[in-house]
Amino acid sequence: MNNLQKNNWEQFAINIRIETLRAIGHLGFGHVGGSMSIVDTLAVLYGGVMKVDPQNPKWEDRDMLVVSKGHAGPAVYTSLALKGFFPIEDLLTLNQGKTHLPSHCDMNLTPGIDMTTGSLGQGSSLAVGMALGNRMDGRDNTTYLILGDGEMQEGQVWEAITFAAHQKLENLITFVDYNKQQLDGYTKDVNDMGDIAEKFRTFGWNAQAIDGHDVQMIYEAIQNAKKAKGQPSAIILNTIKGKGCSFAEGSLNNHHIPVTQEQIEEAIKQLS
Amino acid sequence: MSILLSEKRMPEKELMRDEYTKTLIDIAQDNENIVALDADLVKAIGMSPFFNAFPHRSFDVGIQEANLIGVAAGLSSTGKIPFAHTFAAFASRRAFDQIFLSAGYAKLNIRIIGTDPGITAEFNGGTHMAMEDMGILRTIPGITLIEPVDSVMLKNVLKQIVDPYGVFYIRLFRKNAIKVYEEGSNFEIGKAVELRPGSDVTIIASGIMVSEALKAAEELEKEGILARVVNIFTLKPIDKEAVIKCAEETGAIVTAENHNIINCLGSAVAEILGENYPVPMERVGVDDVFGEVGPIDYLHERFGLTWQAIANKAKLVIDRKTKGQRQLSSNQIQSH
Repeated sequence: MNNLQKNNWEQFAINIRIETLRAIGHLGFGHVGGSMSIVDTLAVLYGGVMKVDPQNPKWEDRDMLVVSKGHAGPAVYTSLALKGFFPIEDLLTLNQGKTHLPSHCDMNLTPGIDMTTGSLGQGSSLAVGMALGNRMDGRDNTTYLILGDGEMQEGQVWEAITFAAHQKLENLITFVDYNKQQLDGYTKDVNDMGDIAEKFRTFGWNAQAIDGHDVQMIYEAIQNAKKAKGQPSAIILNTIKGKGCSFAEGSLNNHHIPVTQEQIEEAIKQLS
Repeated sequence: MSILLSEKRMPEKELMRDEYTKTLIDIAQDNENIVALDADLVKAIGMSPFFNAFPHRSFDVGIQEANLIGVAAGLSSTGKIPFAHTFAAFASRRAFDQIFLSAGYAKLNIRIIGTDPGITAEFNGGTHMAMEDMGILRTIPGITLIEPVDSVMLKNVLKQIVDPYGVFYIRLFRKNAIKVYEEGSNFEIGKAVELRPGSDVTIIASGIMVSEALKAAEELEKEGILARVVNIFTLKPIDKEAVIKCAEETGAIVTAENHNIINCLGSAVAEILGENYPVPMERVGVDDVFGEVGPIDYLHERFGLTWQAIANKAKLVIDRKTKGQRQLSSNQIQSH
């Protein structure tokens, strides 16, 4: 990876943040915190790492992404729109009646969304099933899964983790958006999940913990993960909930919040 | 649809579970997308021959029912046709949200096999006794719910659910069913089967209660009562036209099911009657209580799932028809 690529991803991440905030701002409320924290990973994935074709979203050999923390939908939609899956203007229909961009990801409504999610934990098993099916058919592709750190509290996640390790699913890479917050407060106060990377290792996974806002580190972690043979890989993204959004970053209550036009304009100005 | 009825109605020689395994192997030989999944009940359903024949298309996820359904749904998104098995109680109660969202809402393509429905859980007792599986799953839009009566129907129906797209639940008795249908019978999913003509009352039955219903009709005939017997094996989508026709032609309905009387066959029939052609009806089924342990004969008696109960309700409902519809039903009388 060269500096030009790094700069491109950083600019892509800024653009995703700006357009996501515009979409949420147009609606007046939304999942700001958890959308902002995962943006840099989405920028790397859709900025060239993931093998996808905006003209053929259902291409069988594509890399696939399951955003199990489905409430990050707005950031994913922006990434897809900027990538050319559908017009940017559509982002302003977020959560409106008859939109193809609902709050939580829906594979039947949005071109480029590979799996329907929303009830936390369920995306984990779905991603494992997809990786299993892709391997059975000998596809040379990777299934990516994005979990929230609060979501790690769901029992189903651990069912999927054990089964993926047992099946040696080396074509599965799981990101954990470790932004340390959930709806009710800090995860360490609500139900502390402890050392998540170590837990993955104990469960038979390859695991790395990195700065989740550093696109170069994200890229390199993915490359490392692809080298791991005979086991699935986890990348724990050390992130900040609300990252890059002036009125949300650092705030404890930024999971799903009302926003004003002034806040959005100020945040976009700072990002630009 | 063409039906051949067994005259003797004896217990089948082959276990239902073995017919399931054999048929799925047949299907999988012709269709490489068939995948079998289980949650540590491979031996209970006797699926080892399938797992041995297709080791790369068989997955035992261990004791994790939520993951079982999620993995099945994920597999289907890559073109596989998964058949996922666990006990009916776990498939419905434990993995409901996964069936609802990961499969139903996501519009994916899976088949779920739930075994040991209702009192057939016998010696596993109340914890394993699904009196409510169909009722729970019936609330999922677009799901197809099927309860095969015997191995002939099971084999025929299994072959029909390979190609259609969607979420299918098969409520499967694992052991020796009473043979109701002869080899060569051909069923149509979503269509009721008339087993016996009759003009005084219609008994609509499902699962293990079909043979009880036929026995009840034979006994009623000795008393001069002509009871029609209809098997509704597809709870959803239910054959509404058939129910209305029975109401029009016999004017009285009794339902009989191995399930809580809430939200399964009796409820579904009552909904159709209430909205289209109200006639007196009575329900034979588990009267909203939990299951308990015991041998099958004891459990039939304990929960009133007998031909005698059906015959009694048939007489009651005919009596109500004769005296006018405003007569209280037996359920109302009990609760007063």
